[in-house]
Amino acid sequence: MKYILLLFTSLVLSWAFVTPPNAEEILKKVDLNMVTKTKIITSQMVVSGRRSTRTIVSKSYAEGNGKSFTEYLAPDREKGTKMLKLEDRLWIYSPSSDRIVQLSGHMLRQSVMGSDLSYEDMMEDRTLAEIYDAKVVGEEMLKDRKVWVLELNAIVNDVSYAKRKMWVDQTRFVPLKEELYAKSGQLLKQVTLSEVTQIGNRWYPKKMNFKDMLMSGNGTDFIVDEIQFDPKIPAHFFTKAALKK
Amino acid sequence: MKLALQLAYRNLVGAGLRTWLNVGVLTFAFLMIIFLNGILDGWNHQAKTDTIAWEYGNGHLLNEKYDPYDPFSIQDGHGILSEENKENLSPILLQQGSIYPEGRMVSILLKGIEVNQKTLKIPTTNFKENASAIPAIIGVNMATSTNLKIGDQVLLRWRDKNGMFDAKNIIIVDVFKTNVPTVDHGQVWIPITHLWEMTGLENHATYFVANEKFKPKAIKQWNYVSQKELLHDLDEIISMKKSSSSILYLLLLAIALLAVFDTQVLSIFRRQKEIGTYVALGMTRSQVVGLFTIEGTMYSLFATVIGCIIGVPLFWYLSKTGMAFPTSSQDMGIAMADRIYPVYGISLILGTVALVVISATIVSFLPARKIAKLNPVEALKGKIQ
Repeated sequence: MKYILLLFTSLVLSWAFVTPPNAEEILKKVDLNMVTKTKIITSQMVVSGRRSTRTIVSKSYAEGNGKSFTEYLAPDREKGTKMLKLEDRLWIYSPSSDRIVQLSGHMLRQSVMGSDLSYEDMMEDRTLAEIYDAKVVGEEMLKDRKVWVLELNAIVNDVSYAKRKMWVDQTRFVPLKEELYAKSGQLLKQVTLSEVTQIGNRWYPKKMNFKDMLMSGNGTDFIVDEIQFDPKIPAHFFTKAALKK
Repeated sequence: MKLALQLAYRNLVGAGLRTWLNVGVLTFAFLMIIFLNGILDGWNHQAKTDTIAWEYGNGHLLNEKYDPYDPFSIQDGHGILSEENKENLSPILLQQGSIYPEGRMVSILLKGIEVNQKTLKIPTTNFKENASAIPAIIGVNMATSTNLKIGDQVLLRWRDKNGMFDAKNIIIVDVFKTNVPTVDHGQVWIPITHLWEMTGLENHATYFVANEKFKPKAIKQWNYVSQKELLHDLDEIISMKKSSSSILYLLLLAIALLAVFDTQVLSIFRRQKEIGTYVALGMTRSQVVGLFTIEGTMYSLFATVIGCIIGVPLFWYLSKTGMAFPTSSQDMGIAMADRIYPVYGISLILGTVALVVISATIVSFLPARKIAKLNPVEALKGKIQ
């Protein structure tokens, strides 16, 4: 009897060690770090071109994934440009023309200020769990951190990327790398997240590099200078009137 | 009249160099007018012929949501045309995409076309199926700007009907040479069946190209644009070009006419005694005015004759060999061959002759009017009046 009990206990223990954690649980923990009710970010976007590098400074106010308001602060050419996203609609105010333009259709697929990001990349307001079926496919060491490797396959048709691969820090639950794939399996974009810092009770990557893998170049760096989690943002920030203020 | 012509001829030939200088300037203006208009007419003819052959066919049947002037309408501007209405029509499906030659992104317009179509000159019969890549054909300009040649493979990225990214290699199976940049610049042609499969838009078309047997009729959700309407923009460009180049030759003509005018003023001033003699011999003042006007007009007749002697062989030669234009001029966005063959129509030649003769007659008559006011006695004395 005691041998049977010992065998059972060792089987249970070995199963616990071999079975990888639930991917949905990992994504939920990632969301706890990355998604906030509201946030205010002052950031730099460093766009590396073939000949030169441009730095665009902006301040963004966001409420969940659905609402955001961004004001560009530098360089002079972009200063005063404002962008408002309300669910699936996006408006841009240009101070030079003093006009508000709503972007739609193909315009959303254009690059944001010449970067490797499209407006559409910023428009996705569904959580990953809503549009992808996730599973853990392995564990690796990445930048001296132990990570889970997650594979995400689209469960809806209207997403830009059919498949994603995500490397999630096993202790901090922050993605350190993400690969975005086309339907054919061709790697299209790679996002590298670094400078993971503890802010309050969450871990947050202060630097993200977005790289179009089909193009040569160093991609676009998104560097967070300042970030506030869950501040109170007045409702008027998320109105069209705020664009012309 | 015969006497006036004989006198005018003898006076002009007797004037020697002065006459031939005037005739020379008028001849130059006359030839330039025909030359410039011939080039523009040749360009117009070539551009229309090529654009019809490569792009317009006998007209386009456009999906009502597609606006050729609005690239943002490509996304939703397509649909399915019922089988009974497809007769004598070739479908073209447009989609946007990107290719990545040498690590740089080039935005392109993907054009799906039937492999067996015969309406357009696009060499679709050269599509050869390839197991590893989608067969594609491009124009010479596109090949030059992307540094692609036959046999090269390049990655193509596009989105399906739901907006999901997809990517696959295309293989360049042919590079065609055309004078119509609107089927070349930034465009990649692939078999429409591949594009249907790639995008999930089975049997969809953005527009149909009609052949010469097509009979236009009202079709719901589709708008027919005739060949004439499609060529309207080209006509506008050519007519604008004609107006701008007319400034040059009108200036030349004005200089030539000024020379005739000056010569007439000088003749009347210097030949007062001759005028007085004509009147004393019984010629009416209007007959004398007519004589001097015919003299002036004769410059233009001489210019026409000499213009024909020089122009006929020169223009015949140019119409056979054509005129080469720099390659940069072919990047203007409208059909322009690297060699243009001028077209000299009979209306152009007769119109130019009439323009030169009538304008020379007018500028000859204006100073000659003064003769009517001359006192014959004073004129005989040669006193300046």
